[in-house]
Amino acid sequence: MMKEGINVSFLKKNMMVIALVIVVIFFSISTGGKILYAQNINNLISQNGYVFVLAAGMLLCILTGGNIDLAVGSVVCFTGAIGGVMMSRGYSAGISVAVMLLVGLAIGMFQGYWIAWISVPPFIATLAGMYAFRGLSNVVLNGYAVGINNETFLRIFGGGADCYIPDYLGSGSFNLTCMVVGMICTALFVLMTLLGWVKRNKRGIDQGNASLMWARTLIIAALILWISFELASYKGIPTVLLWIALVLLVYGYITSYTAIGRYFYAVGGNEKATRLSGINTKLVYFIAYANMGFLAGLAGILTVARASSSQPTYGQGYEMDAIAACFIGGASAYGGVGKITGVIIGATLMGIINQGMSIMGISANYQRAVKGIVLLAAVLVDVMFKKEKA
Amino acid sequence: MAKILLEMKNITKEFPGVKALDNVNLQVEEGEIHALVGENGAGKSTLMNVLSGIYPHGTYTGDIVYDGKVCNFHTIKDSEAKGIVIIHQELALVPEMSIGENMYLGNERGFKARIDWDTTYSEADRYLKMVGLTESSKVLVKEIGTGKQQLVEIAKALAKKARLLILDEPTSSLNEEDSRALLDLMLGFKKQGMTMIIITHKLNEVSYVADKITVVRDGSTIETIDNANHDIDEDRIIRGMVGREITNRFPKREGVKVGDINMEVEHWTVHHPLYPERVVVNDASLYVRKGEVVGIYGLMGAGRTELAMSIFGQSYGLLTQGTLKIDGKDVRLKKSPMDAIRHKIAYVTEDRKGNGLILSQSIKVNTSLANLNALSTASVIDKDKEYQVSEEYRGKLKIKTPSVEQLVGNLSGGNQQKVLLAKWMFAEPDILILDEPTRGIDVGAKYEIYCIINDLAAAGKSVIVISSELPEVLGMSDRIYIMNASRIVGEMKASEATQENIMAQILRSGRGD
Repeated sequence: MMKEGINVSFLKKNMMVIALVIVVIFFSISTGGKILYAQNINNLISQNGYVFVLAAGMLLCILTGGNIDLAVGSVVCFTGAIGGVMMSRGYSAGISVAVMLLVGLAIGMFQGYWIAWISVPPFIATLAGMYAFRGLSNVVLNGYAVGINNETFLRIFGGGADCYIPDYLGSGSFNLTCMVVGMICTALFVLMTLLGWVKRNKRGIDQGNASLMWARTLIIAALILWISFELASYKGIPTVLLWIALVLLVYGYITSYTAIGRYFYAVGGNEKATRLSGINTKLVYFIAYANMGFLAGLAGILTVARASSSQPTYGQGYEMDAIAACFIGGASAYGGVGKITGVIIGATLMGIINQGMSIMGISANYQRAVKGIVLLAAVLVDVMFKKEKA
Repeated sequence: MAKILLEMKNITKEFPGVKALDNVNLQVEEGEIHALVGENGAGKSTLMNVLSGIYPHGTYTGDIVYDGKVCNFHTIKDSEAKGIVIIHQELALVPEMSIGENMYLGNERGFKARIDWDTTYSEADRYLKMVGLTESSKVLVKEIGTGKQQLVEIAKALAKKARLLILDEPTSSLNEEDSRALLDLMLGFKKQGMTMIIITHKLNEVSYVADKITVVRDGSTIETIDNANHDIDEDRIIRGMVGREITNRFPKREGVKVGDINMEVEHWTVHHPLYPERVVVNDASLYVRKGEVVGIYGLMGAGRTELAMSIFGQSYGLLTQGTLKIDGKDVRLKKSPMDAIRHKIAYVTEDRKGNGLILSQSIKVNTSLANLNALSTASVIDKDKEYQVSEEYRGKLKIKTPSVEQLVGNLSGGNQQKVLLAKWMFAEPDILILDEPTRGIDVGAKYEIYCIINDLAAAGKSVIVISSELPEVLGMSDRIYIMNASRIVGEMKASEATQENIMAQILRSGRGD
């Protein structure tokens, strides 16, 4: 009885990890192992960078009660358009980037104001933004594509021909820098886990099943090493990976270690109780959307850098990819539940499904249909577990 | 003897961990008005929910015999088809719809695919006349007052061809005049042969309209009193309602050292947030000393929760007037609980699931929520310390669970209540307002919570306990305020208070003398 309870909760917690493993195995077989080629792993990261960045912000909105931001795709396009036009008129990369981030933040604050203090439903406030900023992107770009050839900008944000971190240590076909960085990351990860464990043990905190924790740590360490090896044997670290890692680390930290992070969960779990606990719940909503705008600005930068141009069609459907990544990654559609690690898994899962089907030569239309089914299935799991409890 | 229309035999209904009804028997004759009286939580509403099919057949044991036949109701529709219609205490009307639309909601005239609005409104108007309303049925419900809304509910019941009408506290939100009109309307229906069951706390109304009175206590029917001449002594009913032995259900309050006045509220008036013309708390004044446990007794709807929440950073109501003094100094709290917490006030809600806890989060997260600042530096939470603190409270309050990582939603009511208390104790308040701290939890857990309250007072905190359970107020408090119909109608020392004189005070105030 007890044993069964543990297994069920283990399954529940790791449902999407298991799904991810199954999907990887499936595509390894159906593509004859091609999906695991270094080049494909590299592409996976570069192509889906925006999903990781946007989903980190979207998670905060969803945590506050299943609220979403539909405007992010248009904001990505709009900030990208502003940056593209600025750089084409000779503004420096630094100023352009600052303006793009500030414009994103300002848009987020604008929408957050209506949502938090005027109680406009988020769906509607951001639907308005979705139309408005798509239109304004066209206005900024005059309806045309604008090329970007600012070297500094492309180098820093991973665009153009040199979208990889150069190999400072070696010069052969195997990228030594990449491998060394991977090893340092692995060592840091294991060391931090160990230090945390020792500290908690000293304070006499019950840490649950130690062998399970170490098994998890080892698997993740091995995974980091393997990915760095794969990347090293192609061209090295894609520049965009640095930005993804930075965003995920920062937001992972915010959601699990800071008071404001805790408040997102609290508001989504029970807004009234949170307000009566002396927390300014309106400010929490505002921060969620302001932050989403900021990250949309960053995603805009990454998007135009990757394409070396700004176009009025960029960012279409990005909002849905971010939302889907969150829900597939286990965020509750009712709010209050969800993790950054879940977002990583959700975004990776979608990326792999896309890429696997592309390699298999399945048309983009079917790919969308499959994405839809995966999303429905993931949310179904959430709803069914909720029901079971009630 | 008249024909028995309804007989409920040996009804037993259990909720997880609680026996809400224990072998209840009820007989209602055709054409009579039968009153059900008892304290909150005695089981009156549960019994009516069994009767109307809200708790479907199979979730309780026992038989319902109606009109000579055994009935197994699975939904409200089943019981309504037989003419049993219940009018709940909370009005179930949609404000933005017209009276007519409301009356036939779920019971539409014409066809499902095409509602016959002419019939709807002409029939609605006919029933409205029967209850003495002159409004057109096309008027929106939000445009008429509460008293008239209650009449619309009755017209709605009549439209369902009611034979047995159940009214659950129909006058709780009505003023004197509207209440009297409603009761007279009931007497009129009786003349036309309708059978009615009325649940009410207002005993003067009981003696005015009821032919028979059944007393419910602790999930059992105690007695049925005849009131054919409408002259029953109210004390006689009260004795039936509260007549239980009290032995050792409360820890002794010994060696109480009461200090200076900690918090004082004067001439406190609060209006309803949506209907600002309604006064919810009327000119209330009270104080609490350090180390003192003050009870506020009142029935549901008396304005107790509203009083407490309005003190707690105006988290309820509008246009609050009055002064709040803490340690003798005037304090003007901003309209936010944050400010109240800063002034060391804690409000432990009566609605732990709705307003108190985050069920989807762990005990740990819930415990720290109201005082995260104490656990964090520069907004970064020390999670190990958080764990240790919540472990400490888990031990101190005897929260029965393997770990503080357990989700609060999986705990029993008593343990949830303890987590809620832990949360507010960790906020380190000087003044604790506990609103129905033992609602819906078993006797053992109640005793433990009483002990915690005593410890808090012994540590010099000021504790206000709001309760609608008389024995609890009598057993726990040093001093008692009595609240009725949005006013504080009395104050007495616990040593002088008895169940009878508290009830008498409420009744006297209700009669308006």
